[in-house]
Amino acid sequence: MQKQAVFQSKLLPFALVAPQLAIVLIFFYWPAAQAVLQSFLLQDAFGLSTSFVWFENYQDILSQPDYWAAIVRTFVFSFAIAFSSLSFALLLAVMADKPLRGGTLYRTLLIWPYAVAPPVVGVLWVFMLHPSLGILARGLRGMGIDWNPLLDGNQAALLIILAAAWKQISYNFLFFLAGLQSIPRSVFEAAAIDGARLMRRFWTVTFPLLSPTIFFLLVINIVYAFFDTFGIIDTMTRGGPAKATETMVYKVYVDGLLGGNLGSSAAQSVILMIMVIGLTAVQFRFVERKVTY
Amino acid sequence: MANVTLRNVRKTYPGGFEAIKGIDFEVGDGQFCVLVGPSGCGKSTLLRMVAGLETITGGEIDIGGRLVNQVEPADRDIAMVFQNYALYPHMSVYNNMAYGLRNRRMPEAEIRTRVEEAARILELAAMLDRKPRQLSGGQRQRVAMGRAIVRQPKVFLFDEPLSNLDAKLRIAMRVEIRKLQRRLNTTSIYVTHDQLEAMTLADILVVMNGGLVEQIGNPLEIYKKPATTFVAAFIGAPPMNLMPLASDELRSQLAGDISASEAGILGIRPEDFVIANESVPGGVALGLTVEAIEHVGAETFVYGTRQREEQGVAANPGELPPGEVIVRVPGATGPAIGQRIRAVAPRDKLHLFTADGRKRIG
Repeated sequence: MQKQAVFQSKLLPFALVAPQLAIVLIFFYWPAAQAVLQSFLLQDAFGLSTSFVWFENYQDILSQPDYWAAIVRTFVFSFAIAFSSLSFALLLAVMADKPLRGGTLYRTLLIWPYAVAPPVVGVLWVFMLHPSLGILARGLRGMGIDWNPLLDGNQAALLIILAAAWKQISYNFLFFLAGLQSIPRSVFEAAAIDGARLMRRFWTVTFPLLSPTIFFLLVINIVYAFFDTFGIIDTMTRGGPAKATETMVYKVYVDGLLGGNLGSSAAQSVILMIMVIGLTAVQFRFVERKVTY
Repeated sequence: MANVTLRNVRKTYPGGFEAIKGIDFEVGDGQFCVLVGPSGCGKSTLLRMVAGLETITGGEIDIGGRLVNQVEPADRDIAMVFQNYALYPHMSVYNNMAYGLRNRRMPEAEIRTRVEEAARILELAAMLDRKPRQLSGGQRQRVAMGRAIVRQPKVFLFDEPLSNLDAKLRIAMRVEIRKLQRRLNTTSIYVTHDQLEAMTLADILVVMNGGLVEQIGNPLEIYKKPATTFVAAFIGAPPMNLMPLASDELRSQLAGDISASEAGILGIRPEDFVIANESVPGGVALGLTVEAIEHVGAETFVYGTRQREEQGVAANPGELPPGEVIVRVPGATGPAIGQRIRAVAPRDKLHLFTADGRKRIG
């Protein structure tokens, strides 16, 4: 059997990949190259002169304690978001996988939140947890918790993590459900006959068999938490209070678009880019080796 | 060591579909019981009810004298071999077999003894560190067997364990399973749709159809005296020839026979025919035109059509089209295609059934 397609014309294959290539070039490589170039440049305050400064922008940003705080914060956020949304989605998927009445309906309902845009998610949670308007905030107050994410940095961070994790649950749920359904039912039945109770069955059979899915989702979720939480942060806290929710990607925006320091902002986005390329590389390496049990 | 008893067992699915419509039978201690029937007859459902993987809608199932209707699969002291083997893909062969023992908190030393013993019996000793995906179909099947025997359960349940193997391996494993079961003397229930497997393995054969038992008994007895036309057509290959006894020349041949007078259907096994010129007194002679010949080597199957076409018998799985008759001839010699032959069968080889095929007359 021949695996490679053979084209009569030499031009046709190029023509077929051209639209995809154009999109990638225009919306990814070109801005990325711009960012790299920009990160080596220093502009004066009025944008009148620009000079090439090599790695000065990087040296500058990496020597700021603020930036390191943002890096640590980003990692804490990412792992918190990934962990909470993954574990909750897995719980839901395991539950929804059981043959229950109306299963299709609530499986569908569980997928819907993914269709909600991040800023809308932000607004939604802001309203629910707003210290003076929110219905949930009222409940928390009622329980004697001094809830005010507008002033308390930790509470603001919690709010972001909650909203961002909630948004991602649907996506994770979908993959977990598909992963669970690809495991033959008889394997679970064999484990049940082999005397493994529910929890033990989960940890010794379900979890290891889902590990490829879990690993894939872990990387996807971390990348999501790195970048896609921008909309949520922007609508909910704008990085505040007192930078308590300013992640790396939000700092790029604050320094570049609000602060006007394009060189530093570009350097920061190049650092982010390198991190994500690293993550993806790790993922590909694992997908090729570890993941087939 | 245990008996398995089923009393009026029923299964109705939530949609209202009745898969099992009341089944009674008993498997004695150490016996090998085979449930056989066409697909959709409920045999696998029944086995899964014994295993505890399907709930029981009505009736009772006893294992070793204990009512198990409400008992979890893990506590029924059974082991099951699945059609797709259901091995744990992420565990080594050793761990696949040890898993059930570890769950029961058996000391590691004893687990090792048991797994190694099972591996020796099943010739898996060299493969204990491999993962299931590194094994062939036959080896996976043996691991599934090993996982069942290390547990030393009261009852083995087999759900079509050989149907994913190629024909040659299937025969070899069939013999292995029988030898192993004899040696361990563990009560077993085995589900198959293959009548040959059923015949060769069973101490007790349960022929099922449409959620009901058609016949229970010793396989040879069932072969010799099928209770219904369904069993007659299902057990034996090629299937028994079934012919309607409407007002035709067949009835006139049996005119003097009192027991034949109420019969509606006549059955004759292909191997009970002789191609001869003179008919046997009290027996039956069929005039056939040869349509096709199958040479198998040791025997030859002759497919012929009867001259006078009669209305067909109700179609059962594995049954012949109306008017067609199979005759088995020993050896490699047979008539030529298009030739006219006379197939003769003596009286004691005739099976007589009522017109609806539900009752055997003689």
